[in-house]
Amino acid sequence: MATDKKLPVSRRGFIAGAGTLAAGTMGFPLIGGAQPAAVKVGIIHPVTGFVAYAGSQGRFGATLAVDDVNKAGGIKSMGGAKLEPLLGDSQSKVEVGVAEVEKMNEQGVAAYIGCYQSPVGIAASQAAAKYNTPFLIDVGASDLLVTRGLKNVFRIKPGFGACVDQGISLLGDLNKKANGVAKSAVIVHESGEFGTGTAKLLASKLPSIGIQVKEVIGHDNPTRNFDNIALRIRSAAPDIVMMSNYQNEYVLLARTLYQQKVNLAAMYSILGGGFNYKFAKEQPDVSQYMIDVNHWYNPKSEKALALKKRVEAAGKEFTFEVYLAYTVVDLLADALEHAGSADKEKLTAALDASTFKAELMPYGPTKFVNGQNEGGRAEVMQAIKGDIKVIAPEQFAEMPPVFPKPKFT
Amino acid sequence: MLDPQIIIAGVLNGLLAGGIYVLVAVGLTLIYGVLHIINFAHGSLLMLAMYAVFFLWRLAGLDPYVSLPLVTAGAFAVGFVLYRLVIGRFSHGKDENILLITLGVSIVADNLALLFFGGDTQTIDVPYAGDIIQVGAAFLPLPKVISCGAALLICLVLGLFMTRTDTGKAIRAVARERQGARLVGIDVEHVFAVSYGIGIACLGAAACLLMPTFYVTPQSGYAFVLVAFTIVVLGGMGSFLGAAVGGFLIGITESLGGLFLGEQLGQIGISLIFILILLLKPTGLFGSRA
Repeated sequence: MATDKKLPVSRRGFIAGAGTLAAGTMGFPLIGGAQPAAVKVGIIHPVTGFVAYAGSQGRFGATLAVDDVNKAGGIKSMGGAKLEPLLGDSQSKVEVGVAEVEKMNEQGVAAYIGCYQSPVGIAASQAAAKYNTPFLIDVGASDLLVTRGLKNVFRIKPGFGACVDQGISLLGDLNKKANGVAKSAVIVHESGEFGTGTAKLLASKLPSIGIQVKEVIGHDNPTRNFDNIALRIRSAAPDIVMMSNYQNEYVLLARTLYQQKVNLAAMYSILGGGFNYKFAKEQPDVSQYMIDVNHWYNPKSEKALALKKRVEAAGKEFTFEVYLAYTVVDLLADALEHAGSADKEKLTAALDASTFKAELMPYGPTKFVNGQNEGGRAEVMQAIKGDIKVIAPEQFAEMPPVFPKPKFT
Repeated sequence: MLDPQIIIAGVLNGLLAGGIYVLVAVGLTLIYGVLHIINFAHGSLLMLAMYAVFFLWRLAGLDPYVSLPLVTAGAFAVGFVLYRLVIGRFSHGKDENILLITLGVSIVADNLALLFFGGDTQTIDVPYAGDIIQVGAAFLPLPKVISCGAALLICLVLGLFMTRTDTGKAIRAVARERQGARLVGIDVEHVFAVSYGIGIACLGAAACLLMPTFYVTPQSGYAFVLVAFTIVVLGGMGSFLGAAVGGFLIGITESLGGLFLGEQLGQIGISLIFILILLLKPTGLFGSRA
């Protein structure tokens, strides 16, 4: 007896379904193959060693930005290509930074970002120049980074030359408004490229605003004790102490001058390594009225304030390493968009011609001249009651400056 | 020419700095005197003790001076257990193995600190941080005066412990003649562990005395350990008295060197002393009595 069982799927339906399945099965590899290749970005920071905190902040900012670029659809002109970060640790050592460049070159990076310390940045970008790979400096104060004629190096933030010029000019304005209360200064600097270079510039330029330099004091990293430096400062009796050092020594020097009750019109640092929210919050008495000229976010930018909230919600401090690294990744993404390719020559040309708007920063439109962005500028901040406020330039100021600061009783 | 008042102030600053150096160096010299090894983990263990002080202050609100007995006892326990479970067990009685193990402990401790505590600079804000004692031109920060006094007191207590107690005598016996001590029934392995524990306890005390004026990062222990090595060599390896005298000498040398030659060149004084001692009296100032 024949049974007449009807198939639940009609012949036409079956053929249509099978056809779709076959096309799908065969089609997937094609679609997979059509995915644009990720753009590898070498991100090198000192996440171990004596500036590990600053380095890890830089890495945090860069990876946060990479995630944001990828979540927003990647590089659209490259079919949505994602950025793939390759993370390197320079260990706060020049030779290790260079080794990271070589290693990442083998892995095919399209660009590098780094390196926080100027000596590492100088050597690492030189190594990247051999392969014509763009090297974007997120943090690195020395002007040597961009004055060696290397076509592959780009720095969006101002170097110490520009920061010193701006800092001196703003100090001149402050002093003029205070009837020229400050007539002399002592400069205390760390003995590396950053501190020594900044100190030399300061010493040569302070006389132009009527402030005589009484002494220039260098110190090593690390320095255990600043008591003697405080003694020398007390002996010189300057009106202003200008500091240029990394975080640990910055904090230790500030604490020592506070403990030793050294009376000053201001402690005024340019690119002070330890001037941040954490220092102001944890050492409110020590940091009170300290002034710093530094890279700082634009307090009027909604994007910057939103990022600050996110960073703080992640339990991190919103330090300049974070938002500068974030900005540099954005700059790279923008250049890739314009280049439409990760080809090194095209990418270098796109960076060179970039007019990127650094929304987080108080910068004008980007314009690279010999690798240095002419649109970058620093801001002047003052610590007040455990917080930090911008006091200049005027269009970004959150409060009037307190200068000279009250004396110890 | 510097004002004599400034020079006197420099000497006083050097003495205050020397107090802490003494405490760090005493621990190092004790470990060397008994175990005959240089403890490469000294800086890392000092750093861990400083983190302990920092977290006791931050989480439990304990003042560093109040936490001194707790941290010192904890550091002793860590040193004792570290010797019993790691150093003693894996060294197989060979000094060169102990060197490598302490180096390994140091690398692991540094990286664990970086992993768990981050690389950030941590400081303690105590209400007396800004208090000073004025002596002529010198403004001596109260926490540093307390540190120096406490360091001296701890060294004195340690000296009494070594001369007046059975354990102290056993430690000295083992330091002098290991085999002989074993023959008269002293448990040498136990003495090694106790000595290592006491050496690390000195670091615990030093950490409590340092934190009101210093900072801690995973690297901060090294700032004191290199100078402590110099002090141990200067004073005579294994000599308590040498470590005490050497600590103050190095403190004053560093301070006056900084005043006369600048902070960078001032460190040359320490290196010069190191080289001169090695050339002229390799056993150190009190080495023969060790």
